[in-house]
Amino acid sequence: MDFFFQQLVNGITLGGVYALVALGYTMVYGIIQLINFAHGEIFAAGGYMGVILISWLFAQGYPPFLCLGVALLLAMGYCALLAMALEKLAYKPLRQSSRLSVLLSALGMSIFLQNGLMLTQGVYDRAYPGEMVQGGFEVGTVMISYMQIIIVAVTVLLLVALNLLVFKTRIGKAMRATAQDKTMSGLVGINSGRIISITFAIGAALAAAAGIMVGLYYGSVRYDMGFVPGIKAFSAAVLGGIGNITGAMLGGLIIGMIEVFAAGYISSEYKDVFAFIILIAVLYFMPTGIMGENVDDTRV
Amino acid sequence: MTEPILELKNVTSAYGRIKAIRDISLKVYPGEVVSIIGANGAGKSTTLMSICGVLKPEAGEVWYDGKRIDGLASDLLPSRGLCQVPEGRRIFPRLTVEENLDMGAFFRRDQANIEHDKNRVFQMFPILLERRKQHGGTLSGGEQQMLAMGRALMSRPRLLLLDEPSLGLAPLIVQQIFRIIREINETDGVTVVLVEQNANLALKSSSRGYVLETGSVVMEDDAQALLANPDIRKAYLGE
Repeated sequence: MDFFFQQLVNGITLGGVYALVALGYTMVYGIIQLINFAHGEIFAAGGYMGVILISWLFAQGYPPFLCLGVALLLAMGYCALLAMALEKLAYKPLRQSSRLSVLLSALGMSIFLQNGLMLTQGVYDRAYPGEMVQGGFEVGTVMISYMQIIIVAVTVLLLVALNLLVFKTRIGKAMRATAQDKTMSGLVGINSGRIISITFAIGAALAAAAGIMVGLYYGSVRYDMGFVPGIKAFSAAVLGGIGNITGAMLGGLIIGMIEVFAAGYISSEYKDVFAFIILIAVLYFMPTGIMGENVDDTRV
Repeated sequence: MTEPILELKNVTSAYGRIKAIRDISLKVYPGEVVSIIGANGAGKSTTLMSICGVLKPEAGEVWYDGKRIDGLASDLLPSRGLCQVPEGRRIFPRLTVEENLDMGAFFRRDQANIEHDKNRVFQMFPILLERRKQHGGTLSGGEQQMLAMGRALMSRPRLLLLDEPSLGLAPLIVQQIFRIIREINETDGVTVVLVEQNANLALKSSSRGYVLETGSVVMEDDAQALLANPDIRKAYLGE
């Protein structure tokens, strides 16, 4: 039973991170019906920006929380700008083209960004300063590290902030209106191009935070770190019902749990397989996902 | 006479290769209610979409408030006072009634006045106040029409384009909608362009009318004269 609770803690940590990445897929899909394959690379870029900033700040002798906070904000901002540039260059010119063209452009951008990271940062793992946040505490025999606490706290904070943004603010309402009817949102004075750009920026900022936390959790980053988590987060978005914000959060948590429990109880060799089994099963048996059409009210 | 608030000069618009309207010219003066009547597919909605920048005219010019607006993006027009309630109402289905109204005031920053206008819309259509927290998509057709009009009024329009406000509604609701149209025209001085298949109803509420057939203006006259015209009575008023 202790093992079960240990895995539960690990599952929540990982699931939250998947949820953050899944939101970027689902929001972009909700607003322009594009699977943004380059989203995993934005996540990786965030992880790298994090390791560069944290290592440098930590080496200057700043306290860990300051290093982490500053690195988070800067990496989120950097990735938001990167995603806006990506959207402007690779997707916006194709707005009137077929969906396949945009999808191919997204694939191309994924390859381009991944290779860009490899060329500029090298092919080897890059370590996060592991000594920055050490230790933890035990609840019974369940070990919870301070790093896990930080990750879960940051994740929850970001998820709450996103919900407030999307459901309470003027820009959030405009995002949902644009997702629901672009012609009409234009007729009430909403500039849909700008809203699409903002949507990319928000999704990318969340992915950047997730990239940093994965880096902290596993202790290192690599140029191709975005690929597998990217597909898993995409699976999470599909599982939750693509286009649905609550669904993406739920899907992320479920995928994270399944992965951790499958690794713990079945085989850690095959942990990646389970996310994809879920993806295939969902597409086959319930393509609209858990909170897909007609079920809910939190589609963007 | 004063300058027209809206003028179309030989506007031609097309969907792909199919020309939906050809060489349309019309004028609307401040304070008027002008009807555009015609059968299904005559180009009435296309005309409104060409005015609002959703469809870019292939030829011709659209002038509003002394400025040329064809080719401008649609989202630049509401803040200048040009609003449309489009065909099918196009309520945002998964925004609440109140959020739909907020979207009508999206470009506005005068929070106090926005609240005032919202209360006024709720006074005009009390059912919307009752359904304030409900999703737009759950409303009935009549309620959606009221919400669509309320949303447009939240933009404080000077020129309001209404596309088939009576379509598919019960007679009692239609009466209510048209009473509101007269009210905003007479009390607030909003100029109204009314596109309708229900020619009788439209012309009775208008000062002037244009008749569209297969994408062209075939007749324009005072509303009373059109109502009395035997050809019009035969073609559009079911006699």
